[in-house]
Amino acid sequence: MSHDHSLNPETMPHEPEKATLEGKNKFIGFWFFLGGETVLFASLFGTYLALHNSTAGGPAGNELFGLELVFVMTILLLTSSLTSVYAIYHMKNNDFGKMTLWFIITIILGFGFVGCELYEFHHYITEYGFTFRSSAFGSAFYALLGFHGGHVTFGLFWMIALLIRNARRGLNLYNAPKFYIWSLYWHFIDVVWVFIFTVVYLMGKVG
Amino acid sequence: MDFFDRFAIPHPSPVIYASMVAIGLTVIAIVAGLTYFKKWGYLWREWITTVDHKRIGIMYLLSALLMLFRGGVDALMMRAQTAVPENTLLDAQHYNEIFTTHGVVMIIFMAMAFIIALMNFVVPLQIGARDVAFPRLNNLSFWLYFMGAMLFNLSFVIGGSPSAGWTSYFPLAGNEFSESVGTNYYMLAIQISGIGTLMTGINFIATILKMRAPGMKLMKMPMFTWSALITNLIIVFAFPVLTVALAMGTMDRLFGSNFFTTTDGGMDMLWANLFWVWGHPEVYILILPAFGIYSEIIPTFARRNLYGYKSMVASMVLISLLSFFVWVHHFFTMGQGALVNSIFSISTMAIAVPTGIKIFNWLFTLWKGKIKFTVPMLYSLGFLPIFTIGGVTGVMLGMSAADYQYHNTMFLVAHFHLVIIPGVVFAMIAGLTYWWPKMFGFMLNERIGKWTFWFIAGGTCLAFFPMFISGLDGQARRMYTYSEATGFGIWNMLSFIGALGLAAGFVLLVYNIYYSTRYASRDIGDDPWDARSLEWATHNPVPEYNFAITPQVNSSEAFWDSKKNGHTLFKGDYKEIHMPNNSGVPFIMSIIFFVLGFALVFSMWIVAIVSLIGIFACLAHRSFEKDHGHHISVEEIEKTEAEMRGAK
Repeated sequence: MSHDHSLNPETMPHEPEKATLEGKNKFIGFWFFLGGETVLFASLFGTYLALHNSTAGGPAGNELFGLELVFVMTILLLTSSLTSVYAIYHMKNNDFGKMTLWFIITIILGFGFVGCELYEFHHYITEYGFTFRSSAFGSAFYALLGFHGGHVTFGLFWMIALLIRNARRGLNLYNAPKFYIWSLYWHFIDVVWVFIFTVVYLMGKVG
Repeated sequence: MDFFDRFAIPHPSPVIYASMVAIGLTVIAIVAGLTYFKKWGYLWREWITTVDHKRIGIMYLLSALLMLFRGGVDALMMRAQTAVPENTLLDAQHYNEIFTTHGVVMIIFMAMAFIIALMNFVVPLQIGARDVAFPRLNNLSFWLYFMGAMLFNLSFVIGGSPSAGWTSYFPLAGNEFSESVGTNYYMLAIQISGIGTLMTGINFIATILKMRAPGMKLMKMPMFTWSALITNLIIVFAFPVLTVALAMGTMDRLFGSNFFTTTDGGMDMLWANLFWVWGHPEVYILILPAFGIYSEIIPTFARRNLYGYKSMVASMVLISLLSFFVWVHHFFTMGQGALVNSIFSISTMAIAVPTGIKIFNWLFTLWKGKIKFTVPMLYSLGFLPIFTIGGVTGVMLGMSAADYQYHNTMFLVAHFHLVIIPGVVFAMIAGLTYWWPKMFGFMLNERIGKWTFWFIAGGTCLAFFPMFISGLDGQARRMYTYSEATGFGIWNMLSFIGALGLAAGFVLLVYNIYYSTRYASRDIGDDPWDARSLEWATHNPVPEYNFAITPQVNSSEAFWDSKKNGHTLFKGDYKEIHMPNNSGVPFIMSIIFFVLGFALVFSMWIVAIVSLIGIFACLAHRSFEKDHGHHISVEEIEKTEAEMRGAK
């Protein structure tokens, strides 16, 4: 592999993220990583489903959850997935500036989501005394939501690092796989949230 | 002084104090030796920071052997304690600690390391690759495993060993019944090591799927590579469950959450389920590479190609799928009800079918073969009957109604040792002997090797067959002693003698390594076994870049075809080779992981937070560094190749 992978519209391959062996390896390796992550979240969901009725006399899900805030959070995260698709679209067209812009919008939406989640946790703890320790339901709830929120936060700082690192380099075959993989990660987190929204909040409200 | 009290051993004995002194002296001796011979720089440049899959494999190997002896000493102490009735060599608490650490060390830190060692060394060579897909991640995987192992072993002298069994069932493993920090060590050490294993899994899947030599279709891969691929798939889909279980166990113990507690709604059976959802696939993570090794060795020394290649692959795929649907058989007696037990009983017994297919394929490979009784072949031949006995008793245990009789008896202990030892340990020693010339350029002594085999095989039978009888008679496992009236004495004494035989075998193995290093011929050529797969097509020992020219593959035995059927493996001229650079960051990061683990074990929060920040800093550093690897020029390749050929 040569050192110079910088691109211009003429040399731009159709799928820059998979144009090098390193890119191909990362692409497939990351898909399997996401497979492992799926199992990780599946275990957390399983735990949640096993424990969500064990409230130990504390508040249950339908007393706690307010769907308004959760709706806002869902919109924020789903929209951020869409904006990351725009960013990858511009990456494939070798438009570094627009890609950066859309990634920045994605991050802002992501921070909005994390902010709402922190507010939500704070609300539960101060208003209801519903904590990580108060019941098995509490432990399972904060573990599942916390793992997901932690993944979102990690993803935000990951993208910030990528943007700073490549701000003055432009797009090349070395960093295209990195941006692409981040977008895979971001979609994955979004999908997990869809399940959280359904299993935790909707079913919690109904059940 | 209050701060230091926590590091004291809660239940000390002279053995532990002696070990402290021994560990201290060993560390001093190693440091002094390295300093005196001025080897620090060499160690750092050539080994600690290496991204070469072969060297990482060898480091895994050495660690696995070290852990084999650590776990082996535990085993000997257990057998010595139970050799006679009402023995007082160990008390109940020490016995609990020893069977716990024996299990963890042997499964997580010995067997896993051993299979990963051989996968690391062999798989890239078998597929004609220069290295794994993510060489630097590979280095990180090793060091995380190593630091996890060291953290776990540290529990012996600082703070106390875990004593809740290698399965660490809650509520026994909770704070209420396991007050010492031992179980914290268990949770965190396995967690750190498990992260490394997960990375290995991803790394090898990408390597095998994307970096095979031209012409090597999936169905033309050597069988060991197939087994490695499937094993790593199981790793990726099973280990995250352990990650979650350990994380929740840690939080229960350190942060007062209620996942597995008996109060505030916790569910102790949740641990048992999560643990075995990982734990049963884990069994197949260990055994499938062993099957792969036998599938390499048996054709080589039976002088015939492997019988039933496609059915071998299909049965491994089937085993890997079924392995995720049998976990409940580990606790049939713990209250699921008849329907659930029946379902898991059937799925458990179903695994015997693909396993049986494999056994028959090996037998048909041997059929009419011109068998050469080399050391690796002896282990393979010993494996077939002993493993079958272990496997058939597994089917007995799999019948849930009958399991109420066998559960938690020595019968179970006999069963799983008689599958794991001939399955994994025999395969590892066979593989070690088989690939040793590839690793070091000389062969292990065959005569000593055969003695070793007979001690190990005989010791295994003598140590574990009597347990079937004492188990059926009702001797429970994990009991530190028994009364004379039970009549278990004679069986346990036989087991002890068998254990001594096993121990003698392992000592002979080490002696063989020493003896062969000193006296064995270095003039053995590149293909001393007259073998069949690609790793034998390059030099002994293997140069840094593996193959000077990427091989062209036409079948699953490309090298054999090049020897017998005129297939040309290497076409074209030397080209510049791109290689990855070494890096010290993975090692530093793993040290920080070790510190983090230690700090969490003893609830030292500030240290823990600082080390967590350190880990993220290492991750960020990777993102910002410039590392494009280096190139080996054509002149260098020509020089190395000429030297290698001259050395023959």
